[in-house]
Formats: sequence, structure tokens, C-alpha cells
Amino acid sequence: MLLDPQAEIMVQGITGREASAMVADMLEYGSRIVAGVTPGKGGQQVHGIPVYNSVAELMEHHQASITVVSVPAPAVLDATMEAFAGGVQLCLIMSERVPRLDACKLLVAARQAGCLVIGPNTLGLIRPQVAKLGTIGGRVDNVRRSYSPGSTAVLSRSGGMTTEIASFLTSHGIGQSIAIGVGGDPIIGANFSELVSMLEKDSATEAVVLYGEPGGTAEEDLAEMLLQRGSRLRINAFLSGRFVDDMEGVRFGHAAVIVEQGRGSIAGKQRALREAGVFVVERFDDLLEGLPAGFD
Amino acid sequence: MTELSVEVKVEFQRELYLGVAWDTANKLPVALLGISGGVDVEQSAQPVVRRTFDPWTGLSEEVAGEIADEAGLGGETLAAVSTTLVQLAQAFIACDAVIAEINPLVELAGGQLIGVDAHLEIDDDAVYRQQSRLRSLGKVVSTSTGRPPTPLELEAQRIDAMDHRGVAGRVVEFDGDLALLIGGGGASLTLFDAVLRHGGKPANYCEIGGNPTPEKVAALTELLLSKPGVTRLAVIMNVVNNTRADLIASGVVSGVQKSGRLPAEVIVLFRVPGSWEQEAAEIMAGAGVPVCGREVSLDECARLAVQGGSIDAS
Repeated sequence: MLLDPQAEIMVQGITGREASAMVADMLEYGSRIVAGVTPGKGGQQVHGIPVYNSVAELMEHHQASITVVSVPAPAVLDATMEAFAGGVQLCLIMSERVPRLDACKLLVAARQAGCLVIGPNTLGLIRPQVAKLGTIGGRVDNVRRSYSPGSTAVLSRSGGMTTEIASFLTSHGIGQSIAIGVGGDPIIGANFSELVSMLEKDSATEAVVLYGEPGGTAEEDLAEMLLQRGSRLRINAFLSGRFVDDMEGVRFGHAAVIVEQGRGSIAGKQRALREAGVFVVERFDDLLEGLPAGFD
Repeated sequence: MTELSVEVKVEFQRELYLGVAWDTANKLPVALLGISGGVDVEQSAQPVVRRTFDPWTGLSEEVAGEIADEAGLGGETLAAVSTTLVQLAQAFIACDAVIAEINPLVELAGGQLIGVDAHLEIDDDAVYRQQSRLRSLGKVVSTSTGRPPTPLELEAQRIDAMDHRGVAGRVVEFDGDLALLIGGGGASLTLFDAVLRHGGKPANYCEIGGNPTPEKVAALTELLLSKPGVTRLAVIMNVVNNTRADLIASGVVSGVQKSGRLPAEVIVLFRVPGSWEQEAAEIMAGAGVPVCGREVSLDECARLAVQGGSIDAS
């Protein structure tokens, strides 16, 4: 399972205003942050966490295997290359508006380094009552109200909808094993197919709720994988942005939300997922159907 | 039509399509070559040959040659086309393009190749490092809707750029009477679908999130209400992660007041659960606006916004 609670976490860009608030929330929720990096700010502390000038320097003192990247978009490629060189195994990129070329380059490097990337443009991931990476859920009191432990995983292309879905499940007695905002960009690290493959082997997960959007082929790729290999998991999916199907070439919301030459339409994604055995709902409120009730 | 370009007519024996784009499934750039069809490449019976390449090293002459060979080219044409494809791939990377095309590249009877039209789109998120190239082009107009932005959409862009905190813009105008102040990105899509399904007529699509300042929210609210024919406003967001619900609430109330209307008469419902929701609820209750909590689903909120009626917490 992603996010082993024993694993040491570092935060790149830790001295930024948003990152600093995030660190306080993560620590309060139990995430094991050991250190941070901001070039030129080595020697400082953020909420008692030591800051280093580089990942290499940090690794002389700690064994971080997870990094949360919250640096300005132009600095993301260099920051992640440093993290891969330092040997991290999980890299969560929160930064928004990362150039597509940089995202692609860093993913090539991550594959070579054997590092799993979540994002860019994700609010993070959370294992309820264990730990969280990123700003997902916001303040800890809000996190505790929205997320509860259980056996349904939430995978979402929207950070906001990750919490909305978890909150909806929680209020109906359905807990979550993990919730992941995969990122709203056209080119992202782990996507639905990779993550469902991982969850397949996770004994704590019995079901998956997917939130998809127009654009890209993440939903179609998952459908293809499910047709080939099948799955033991109950998978429910809700896809938003049906109206975008009729507005070819118009970009809404996330950078990935665009239908081009008929590719990436919601109707096509729904059809592909249904053919692969996924329970696709038209109304958000129907997402609960068949999910395992009760908390762990 | 604003401009007309007049060119010399060329007689050709074959139209080729050369392109480089992103293969988002494989997360790599992909080179494309079609040897028939040209501008109608999508309808062509002949398949387009596709090959991904490493963005660090670019498209090699060798791989480009394989693509041209697989597409059925030979001899001098193969060499010339593969060299052109390599250069197009270099331009794609150097320009931070999301798509680069030469379409059609025509082959004259004597074997000479001429690029008749070309198309290159730059990644919005890389514009910051493409400034000198963009300046060399002269006037640049950014459109994301496939049509020139309306005055209302332009004003929303200006409001969003007022400061760097949060998003309160990204407006697309529609012909309806129900103004929507909605967010974040995914919830906006969800709500717009749901409003249409319940028979509503949205006056706009929009997106707020990332904790915008009350000033931005107020200005956007006032703008949405300025559209002729707009009678009602719904304020609906997903359970917010980082956005402060009370800042949204105070911005909305102030925007409605600036438009010269009463919040209680215009705002059909306010649903922004999450951080500072209690404070937000107090602001809205003080203004006489119906407030929904997280227990009222996005879908139910859309129904209420369209049809009115009592709040049924499911």
C-alpha cells in the first residue's frame, strides 16, 4: 500500500507559505515528516522540521523515501530530478501549471529511477487515520469530518472532488482505505490503470470509486486493462462534464479537460468503462451502490 | 473573417501529413506521419504511422527514417521527409508545443517538397519561457473557447488576474438566467451537468477555488449579476480543502450588494462546506440566504437551484 506510516517524508519547497501551513496539518494528522528542502534556506526550521539546501544534503542526515514537492512550477523538474537521485520511491507533486514537457521529462527519469509519481497538480493522498501527503482535506478538523477508515479506495482527477466523494461516503457509513487525487493535468504520473493494479494487491481494499472528467484517455486505458485482466474489486465510477462533449475544442477547468477530434468524450469513456464491467452512475448520488458498508 | 492570405497555386502529386503531439497515455511525445490525405488525414484510409520518442534526446534520424519507411516512402523522399520530421520534433520540444503540424506537405511531380500550411500550439503553462518567440510574432490573442472571448469573459479574466491568490474567473458565457458561482474544477463540471439535467438554464460556467480573496469573489459576483436576464445566483462548491468558506460568503454578499440587489432575493442557495463553514453559515444567515451543508449532495443542490423548494437532506 502507498504511504507506509513508517516511511520518512520530506517536503521540497517547505518554507513557502502554502507548504508551511500544509506541513502543520500533515504533522497534526500523523504524517512522518523528517525534513524539508529550500535552496538557500538551509539551517532554518519549519514547525520544528529542519530545512536543508538540497536533497543530497538532507539525505546525509535522513532516509526519506517519500517526497512532497511544493515548489514553483519552473523549479519542479530540477527538484524532482534531485529527489530521484536521492533514491525516493514515492514523489507527490502538488505544483500546478507545470509545463507539459517538464512533466514528461521527469516521468521518464522517474521510470528509470523506479520512483512512483503522483501528480503534478494534485492536492495529495490520504490513508484515513494513518497519514496524509499534501493539503488534501485541508485543516485537520475538516479532514477528520470528511475521511474515515474503511475498505473503499477513492481515485479522482479532481482534488476537490476527492474530498467531496470521501465526505459523501463517510456520511453514508462507507470508510476509505485510501483516497488519491491523481492530478488534473494532461500528463501525470500514476493514473487509474496503474493505481487500480496496485489496489488489486491490497488486501485492505475491496472497492474503488473513480471520479473522471473529459479529455485524455485515463478512463479508456483502465477499461482496456480491466477487459484484459479482470478485477476482484467492485468499481463504481462517476464522470462529470457531459456537457463538454457538445463543445469540442473548448477547455474547461483542469488543463486536461478538452475534447478533441471526438477523443476523450464522456459518452465514450462511460461506454468503455461499462463494457469493462464498471458500474457507471449518471447521478453523483448513486455512487454508493454496492459499496462495502461499515468502518474497519 | 479578419484577414485573407493569397498564395501561389502549386500542382502536386501527393499530400503528406507530418505532426508531433503528446501521447498522454504513454506520457511521451509522439511523431506522426501520413502519406495520403493531407488536410483530410483523419478520413484517410491509409493509417498514420506513430512513434513515441524520448523528450530528453529527441527524435533520432534513425527512428524518423523507420517511420518514413513504414509509411511507404522510399529513396530521396524518405530522406527528405524524415529530416523534416526530425526538425519538426526539435521545434516541438524547443517551443514547448502541445501540437506541431505541417499539413499538408506536398510533393511536386519533380519530387520537390513544399510545406503548404503549418500549425503550432504552445503550452499555456510554458508561455513564461517562450516570451521572446511570442514577441517575435507580434500580436498574440489567447482563446480557449474556440471563439473570441465575450466582454464578460474578458472582464472575468481581468478579475482573476487582480491578485495571485486563488481562482475566481474562468468564465464561459451561456444564454440562461441562472448565474453560477461554482467550484472547484471538478465540482463545476459536476454541477453544470446536474443543472442541465434538472432543466436549468445556466447563464455561465465558472470556476472558483484555491482560496480567492473576498475582493475577487465580490467582483466576480457583481459581474455575473450584470448579465442581462440574470435573475438568480447559486453559490455551490465541493467540500473545500484550502478555500475559506467565510471569505467566499463575505465576497458574495458584498458583490450582490454592489450590484444594487438584496442577497436574500438573488441568491437561491449557498453551499460551501469545509474550512470555516460555521462562520460562512452565519454570514449567509445574517443576509437571509438559504444555506446547505455537506449533507446536501451536489446533485440535490443543483436541483434546488433550478427548481427551488424545500431542502431535502438525503
